Amino acid sequence: MSEKTITRQELQSPRYEYGGDDWVFVELAEAMSFDANFKAQAITQEIRQNSLEGLVEVAPSNASYLIQFDPSVLHPDELIDELKSLEEEIDVSEYQWEARVFDIPVFYDDPWTHETLMDFRERHQDPDATDLEYSAELNGFDSVEAFIDHHSGAPHMVTMIGFVPGLPFCFQMVPHDEQIEVPKYEQPRTATPSRAIGFGGAFTAIYPVPGAGGYQLYGRTPVEVLDVDQELSAFEDSMVLPNPGDILNFRQIDRDEYDAIRSEVEDGTYQYNYDRVEFETQAFFDDPHGYNEQLLEVLD
Amino acid sequence: MRILDGGLVTTVQDTGRYGHYHIGMPPSGAMDQFAHKVGNWLVGNDESDATLEMTYMGAEIEFEEDIVFAVTGADMDPSLEDEPIPTWTAVQAEAGDTLSFGFATEGARAYLAVAGGIDIEPVMGSRATYTLIGIGGHEGRSLEEGDELPVGESSADTDELLGTPIDETDRPDYSQSEINVVMGLCDYRLTDEGRQRFLDADWNVSDEADRVGYRFEGPDITDMFEEREQPFGAGTDVTNVVDLGYPVGSIQMAGQPIILMRDAVTGGGYVTVGTVVSPERDALAQCRTHSTVDFTAVDVDEALEIRQERDAHLESIQESL
Repeated sequence: MSEKTITRQELQSPRYEYGGDDWVFVELAEAMSFDANFKAQAITQEIRQNSLEGLVEVAPSNASYLIQFDPSVLHPDELIDELKSLEEEIDVSEYQWEARVFDIPVFYDDPWTHETLMDFRERHQDPDATDLEYSAELNGFDSVEAFIDHHSGAPHMVTMIGFVPGLPFCFQMVPHDEQIEVPKYEQPRTATPSRAIGFGGAFTAIYPVPGAGGYQLYGRTPVEVLDVDQELSAFEDSMVLPNPGDILNFRQIDRDEYDAIRSEVEDGTYQYNYDRVEFETQAFFDDPHGYNEQLLEVLD
Repeated sequence: MRILDGGLVTTVQDTGRYGHYHIGMPPSGAMDQFAHKVGNWLVGNDESDATLEMTYMGAEIEFEEDIVFAVTGADMDPSLEDEPIPTWTAVQAEAGDTLSFGFATEGARAYLAVAGGIDIEPVMGSRATYTLIGIGGHEGRSLEEGDELPVGESSADTDELLGTPIDETDRPDYSQSEINVVMGLCDYRLTDEGRQRFLDADWNVSDEADRVGYRFEGPDITDMFEEREQPFGAGTDVTNVVDLGYPVGSIQMAGQPIILMRDAVTGGGYVTVGTVVSPERDALAQCRTHSTVDFTAVDVDEALEIRQERDAHLESIQESL
């Protein structure tokens, strides 16, 4: 029987690690979970707000976070003491934040990522299948269609931005037994189309720019997640679309809709469908499917 | 000033663009901050003013007005109007003079600082070029023939700048092969023997060594790691971790070690095992392809001491000028 709630994870005690003289890396857990990610987001938000002098960069990641500081102002051990006390104070189940819910149209099994993945079959675990066929079978789906329905059937939380500017790592907002898990390519590809939808480990990624990549390729979105010139209206405040903590809903589209949206994006007239919600962790933990439905209502 | 020839890879750089790592934006900026800062001080600039970073083979540049400049970093045999000029010292050029460079004979990156700095509109608080997404510097790219770069107003007294070279003993040694690292991050993934082999080995800088990162060639790394049942979300390879943030200067084990430099990828799913101490990221930026380095493990107190010594050294140079 399927789990109906998000099973809470008891996190081991975090690893506080020095990164040379000017970074601290904190691994909250080796395995991915909402508990680890929400804790990373909560601690990094708190440390930003308590305006400790000497902080340079504060970057949450999936199950960890990274801080750069100026050691002539802030000693790494002083920083670590502060982080440890925040770690003890924060109760993830009481945590809430304002998130944006975005509609992200996806042309699954599109010709561009298909061509790319066929060019790199020798670097793949299963050279005779496509990335979608391989992933569907590995996760026990009867067909590629059923797999795509699952991937687009529940929203995904942005749990980290990185690798390159604007690349969101997204973790599907479903109980553990409904999570997809897929290996990365055996050898990374040297090419990936921009706006490709990839999957590796337990994460969906959207590649903002063309480049190397090791995630399985499932499709392509016509919309941008990075707009350096900030011409599209959704990029008024930042050249990057989602922030950690935002929610993406992947929606299946066909070639005609892809082309129509793409031309609006290229004209600079495309209006992203998104809205703000107050995200409450406990409500999500208790009834993820019901809570997701409620969240997605803002897109109607 | 006008670019007559862009050389191999020449970009506008400064002390970097900070505060955006959480959206995947690395700092960029001069790979060798020591040479960049000293160059600026030699011409009376602030350390954060923009310079040109030239890689392996320098550019050819025509000055359109009388100007004071300084060349620091790698030695690329600079000459002004075909006359050799000294490095690590302020030099006067006249309007119409051409500054040219050859191949680097020592080190990999040279810096050209001009009095007033390269006065390009900053992007997100910095003039540093980040070519991957095409921001900063001149049109977000490497310089090419015909590019015109505006130079800022200098408030420095030109006569006072000229003729005070940086002492030979204060110039870095670019043949340094020992790089100090603080082991850590996810180094619990290494076996004791793997860790020892990593530290004992000689590592060659491969030809994949650029502003994003330096890939090294050396012993096979695959059996340096503890076997484990891979945690949920990490992927199946022994070097895979749940995607996490990579510090600038960190050592990522993706097939071979890669040290991330100032245009770093900010995160990913390969295990990181340590971080180069900050002053030695400058030294690494001057390591040439096919040169050999070895990594020495230091603890965080030693790393902080190395940084303090560097800061004191830079301060004494700044005061001497």
